Amino acid sequence: MTTEITRIHRLRRVRLAIWAGATALLLSAGGALTLLAYMAPPAPRVSSVGEADIRSEFSLTDHTGRAVTQADFAGRWQLVFFGFTHCPDICPTTLAYMVSVLDLLGPQAGRVAPLFVTVDPVRDTAPVMAEYVSAFHPRLVGLTGTEAQVAEAAQNFRTWFERVEEETAPDGYRMAHAGHIYLMDPDGRFDAVFQERDQPPEAVAEEIVKRIEKEK
Amino acid sequence: MKLLIASLLAAAIPMVAQAEIMVTDPWARATILASRPGVAYLTFTSNRTDRLLEVRSPVAGQVMLHKVETDGAGVNRMVHLEALDVSPGTPVTLAPGSLHLMLMDLSRKLRKGESFPLTLFFESAGEVTVDVPVLGPGAMGPAGERR
Repeated sequence: MTTEITRIHRLRRVRLAIWAGATALLLSAGGALTLLAYMAPPAPRVSSVGEADIRSEFSLTDHTGRAVTQADFAGRWQLVFFGFTHCPDICPTTLAYMVSVLDLLGPQAGRVAPLFVTVDPVRDTAPVMAEYVSAFHPRLVGLTGTEAQVAEAAQNFRTWFERVEEETAPDGYRMAHAGHIYLMDPDGRFDAVFQERDQPPEAVAEEIVKRIEKEK
Repeated sequence: MKLLIASLLAAAIPMVAQAEIMVTDPWARATILASRPGVAYLTFTSNRTDRLLEVRSPVAGQVMLHKVETDGAGVNRMVHLEALDVSPGTPVTLAPGSLHLMLMDLSRKLRKGESFPLTLFFESAGEVTVDVPVLGPGAMGPAGERR
């Protein structure tokens, strides 16, 4: 009785880059540097998350309409999640989790920039993002851009998403996307990745505080 | 804890035990923007083998039962379930990040503090209507509301 949703293959470029990255990692690092390398047979769907690959590099528009790049967040740790505002379950769940991590950081919260990047920039314009992020946390930053800009950001973070056509969805489509929260260091380098279902927010907050305190 | 017991099939043959569905902790998230789908969660238990066939609410044009499937790469996909088999005595829990009711074509924004009726249609137990309170947009459940 399950209807598997048909998938449209977009972002072939991103996928090729992910493939190339995954291959390079697996060959060169022999798995040691590979933090998370997943193979999902038999479809050509491979996603690799490795320290060498992932970087916070983007040129996007924040929810106030201002053009921003990674430089605007330099010197701060970043918590980054890719999602979309038409997503009723995973995205609010993950964002609620992310902002509770933020609140649990206490005095260190100011050292962390929480970023929500939409994978659905056509619908998630800056005003839409403004209304959405403000419902979660006054400090949550919403990022959108052109489809190309968002694809590039996703590629740099080595995250993955795609548009799924579905008749019953609003506007006839929904976005499939990864549920990871990235922790990037103050130089924009990858530090860790978390998923909401894996541990309570207290555990993530503790990990982050540990890192911030180690810096001093 | 809000406990709603719906006793159904009043006209059933006296020798047959009544099909009973117990629904606990229904809740929904406030919707932030207009024309966005809403989401509702609840837990239910049946005293016999049954099948959830349909869910309806006057606030939504359509209510769809969705399951989140996550592949090896951590990519989440929503899978539409047309029906759900229910085993006797085993609670079925709809919760953030897994099974959920997606409320499509909302007639109005769901605001925190309000509530709305939701009717579940079971193959043998029939209809069960519950009142669903609306919690915050980032709520994680009636007990552990974060925001």
